[in-house]
Amino acid sequence: MAQIKDPAEAPPTRPPPWNDPRIRAIVFQVLVSAGAVALAAYLVRNLMHNLEMRGISTGFGFLSNRAGFAINQALIPYSEESSTYGRTFVVGLLNTLLVSGLGIVFSTILGFIIGVARLSRNWLVAKLALAYIEIFRNLPLLVQILFWYFAVFLNLPAPSEALHIGDSVFLTLRGLYLPRPEAQAGFGWTVSALVAAIVASVVLAHWSRHRQERTGKPFPAYLGSLVLLAGVPLAAFVLTGRPLLWVKPELAGFNFVGGIAVIPELAALLLSLSIYTAAFIAETVRAGILSVSHGQTEAAYALGLRPSWALRLVIVPQAMRVTIPPLTSQYLNLTKNSSLATAIGYPDLVSLFAGTTLNQTGQAVEVMSMTMAVYLVISLVISMFMNWFNARMALVER
Amino acid sequence: MNAIQAVDSTANAASAGPAMVELHGVHKWYDRFHVLKDISLSVAEGERIVICGPSGSGKSTMIRCINRLEEHQRGRIIVGGVELTSDVKNIEKVRSEVGIVFQHFNLFPHLTVLENCVLAPMWVRKTPRKAAEQAAMEYLERVRIPEQAKKYPGQLSGGQQQRVAIARSLCMRPKVMLFDEPTSALDPEMIKEVLDVMVGLARSGMTMLCVTHEMGFAKTVANRVIFMDGGEIIEENEPEAFFMHPQHDRTKLFLSQILNH
Amino acid sequence: MTTHRQRHADLPPPSAPMGGLGWLRKNLFASPQDGALTLLALYLLYLVVPPLVEWALIKADWRGTRSETCSRAGACWAFIHVHLNQFMYGFYPVAQQWRVNLAIALLGALIVPLLFKRFALKRWQGAVLLLVYPVVAFYLLVGGRFGLSHVETSKWGGLTLTLVIAIVGMVAALPLGILLALGRRATNMPVLKTLCVAFIELVRGVPLITVLFMSSVMLPFFLPEGLNFDKLLRALIGVALFASAYMAEVVRGGLQGIPKGQFEAAAALGLGFWKSTALVILPQALKLVIPGIVNTFIGLFKDTSLVLIIGLFDLLGSIQAANADANWLGFSTEGYVFAGCIYWVFCFSMSRYSQWLEKKLQTGHKR
Repeated sequence: MAQIKDPAEAPPTRPPPWNDPRIRAIVFQVLVSAGAVALAAYLVRNLMHNLEMRGISTGFGFLSNRAGFAINQALIPYSEESSTYGRTFVVGLLNTLLVSGLGIVFSTILGFIIGVARLSRNWLVAKLALAYIEIFRNLPLLVQILFWYFAVFLNLPAPSEALHIGDSVFLTLRGLYLPRPEAQAGFGWTVSALVAAIVASVVLAHWSRHRQERTGKPFPAYLGSLVLLAGVPLAAFVLTGRPLLWVKPELAGFNFVGGIAVIPELAALLLSLSIYTAAFIAETVRAGILSVSHGQTEAAYALGLRPSWALRLVIVPQAMRVTIPPLTSQYLNLTKNSSLATAIGYPDLVSLFAGTTLNQTGQAVEVMSMTMAVYLVISLVISMFMNWFNARMALVER
Repeated sequence: MNAIQAVDSTANAASAGPAMVELHGVHKWYDRFHVLKDISLSVAEGERIVICGPSGSGKSTMIRCINRLEEHQRGRIIVGGVELTSDVKNIEKVRSEVGIVFQHFNLFPHLTVLENCVLAPMWVRKTPRKAAEQAAMEYLERVRIPEQAKKYPGQLSGGQQQRVAIARSLCMRPKVMLFDEPTSALDPEMIKEVLDVMVGLARSGMTMLCVTHEMGFAKTVANRVIFMDGGEIIEENEPEAFFMHPQHDRTKLFLSQILNH
Repeated sequence: MTTHRQRHADLPPPSAPMGGLGWLRKNLFASPQDGALTLLALYLLYLVVPPLVEWALIKADWRGTRSETCSRAGACWAFIHVHLNQFMYGFYPVAQQWRVNLAIALLGALIVPLLFKRFALKRWQGAVLLLVYPVVAFYLLVGGRFGLSHVETSKWGGLTLTLVIAIVGMVAALPLGILLALGRRATNMPVLKTLCVAFIELVRGVPLITVLFMSSVMLPFFLPEGLNFDKLLRALIGVALFASAYMAEVVRGGLQGIPKGQFEAAAALGLGFWKSTALVILPQALKLVIPGIVNTFIGLFKDTSLVLIIGLFDLLGSIQAANADANWLGFSTEGYVFAGCIYWVFCFSMSRYSQWLEKKLQTGHKR
């Protein structure tokens, strides 16, 4: 080391490269990337070799090949003779979205009811809600699905001895049959009336809010909207002579025709998904309500606010902030769990595409990537929504 | 000195006025625990009462009974001529005439300061928004933070938040103001700003019941100081007599504990 | 004005006795709506509980060796009884089942003291559990050495298989998850961070069933020809990778909860990254998220039931197989109820333990 006359003037000493943290980081990353690339290359080489050995083609051309198998629930036209594998993808996707969407709606309703019940002052109601949550949370979803399908739905009577409500609703081993509404001439008026009612309630909400701000007098806008939404379309419906025909399911041979058919696979999957997820949603709702400190309720009451107003203006806004993120997480879980449809043969994306199609074409890589991509896109969309929601709703702090 | 004398004279005049808050033989139990024992108290209009005592003595419980945040099981409580029973209409009436300031502020974090203040006037007194906002700004000026009107509670310091809480209660134009240890949760340097606001409020003639350990405040502003222990009122007196010549042993012990530092 | 009085004695509370009747009034019939709710709830209970008890207990058949001996009036627990060995051990040779029992007993003996603070010797036991036990358990279960006969993994099944998958999955997921969490927080190495984030988000965004399909169907494609993986091993790899992504997020939460001062203090003492992480940061972070770790394990335990879809006969899978037994048709309800009870007992106990632990740790964390 050279003699330094004035230490402040000397340039900063640089450490030898092997001790410099920046260089170490770079070297480490280079090694990691090189390793990752090498591993990937090795795996891909094996993959190509194995595919070739078994005569499996690559690429997405298989999507336009004829599929040739039947599907017992298709929301878009699908024929065993002519539809392609690409179409099975779409059919499966739509079935997944159907069961997930309905599941989200039912589980939310049930979950909110049970979550509020859990907080009830009534000891019996609160304990029953607790029992529900503890029972269904701790039972694997697959056990519940299999139970509902094999032990319940497949033990229903045959169509000739169906359980029924009047002559419109039939529950059999082949499914649940409901009457199908068929719009007749003049139904358009009812639809337009509904649209008009929606617009009117929005206008009503705005007007009543402005009136309150101007004059101080509140107006029961929620009640008014409810009356509008229910009353106006109903009035239009009656006045145009009730133009709706209910096509009832009728027993023809071994099964029912006409009407809406809900296959037992869908019913079992939907029921178990809703019951299972509702237990988690109930806990989320409860945590959200409990997160609002009691002092908030007291301050609201002390100012003279009625309990219903305190709930609407003070408690629910704060509870919602805490509830929405885990709630969307549960929705995501429900959508992913719908893939268990494979176990009972409900034709969702995984069972149709990653199941039957993959077995028939052998093109595992393409099929699995497409399937996983769908779920990833759904997760991504929900994550983005949650980030947006959190940023928008976050309580402003220092 | 003049200010204090002025305040005293108002107090003496007011002690002959109509009773604003009356408690007659009030008892309260939490399950088996007897938390308020035979409380009788009369507060005239314009009087300022300071209530002190060790923790667990029932002081907070007592003032929270006055706006029905707690329910009493025996005895009568009459506020502004309205008796507090389980009648919901009576409770609402009393609550709109009584304001309370909590130890932990309890501002609504999802609303701005201004929105916190206009919420109750708009929904309970049906005041139009413009008028409510105007009045709110006046009160915010009175507590000396009008510039924070558009901010959210989370952006304010503890002292500022408590002052907003006071303004929020004042916007309902209450006849009585309750203070439940308003400065206990504040850092020392913020206590003065809140006490100043409370002194200003006292000077304007507001009827106040304060649970507090701030004895300086008691000496400046109170007409009466009440000492509670074990759920009962042990001693009541004018501030000077209370601090200089405590009568009861328990009072003497308490005062020696808090005045020594 | 001065007032002082004689001190009052405590008086008893007024009117309604807090005995049975008062409690009923307050909790069940406080208002007319409340009373209506109570009656509704009682009616629901009446609809559900007596038929259930009648089916499961009163009219049930507990013994029998053939399905004909079961009257169909109630549950036929004979079905369970006959297949019980299969439900517990799968097709593990009966003569060798003592090895499974021994492995589980050893695990219990090692874990229980760790769970309850009162029994000390923790560090010693942790080391044995993580290093010695896996080897011992492996040889006990698989055999082939030390005079123990070899039992192929295809014979493993039932509750044994469920426990093996859950425990191995968890044990593998913990270190992997820790590494992933550390990698995700390495802001000075963007390539590493991106790789970790990509892995975690990818695995958490897809259903477990697709990961299992990938590992059981596609893994053979990625390996050189001839190298064939044991079916159970493929499933274990899938489960471990899946659980490690969730574990990574749990550990990340714990790391975020450590105040910056801890990192600074460790660095100031001269501890490098690995030493400070292992000795100072991780012990605190893991302790913070023990409830989260237990919850992940509960989820994993429930998820093991999915392996029946890829052809492994865990507890649920063996019940499905027994349901297809030609001699015992029509008892699927009993099978699922039995499986449900076993899963429920495990999961409920673990969740109770997690809640107890959380309460205990919270009081220790006075801020």
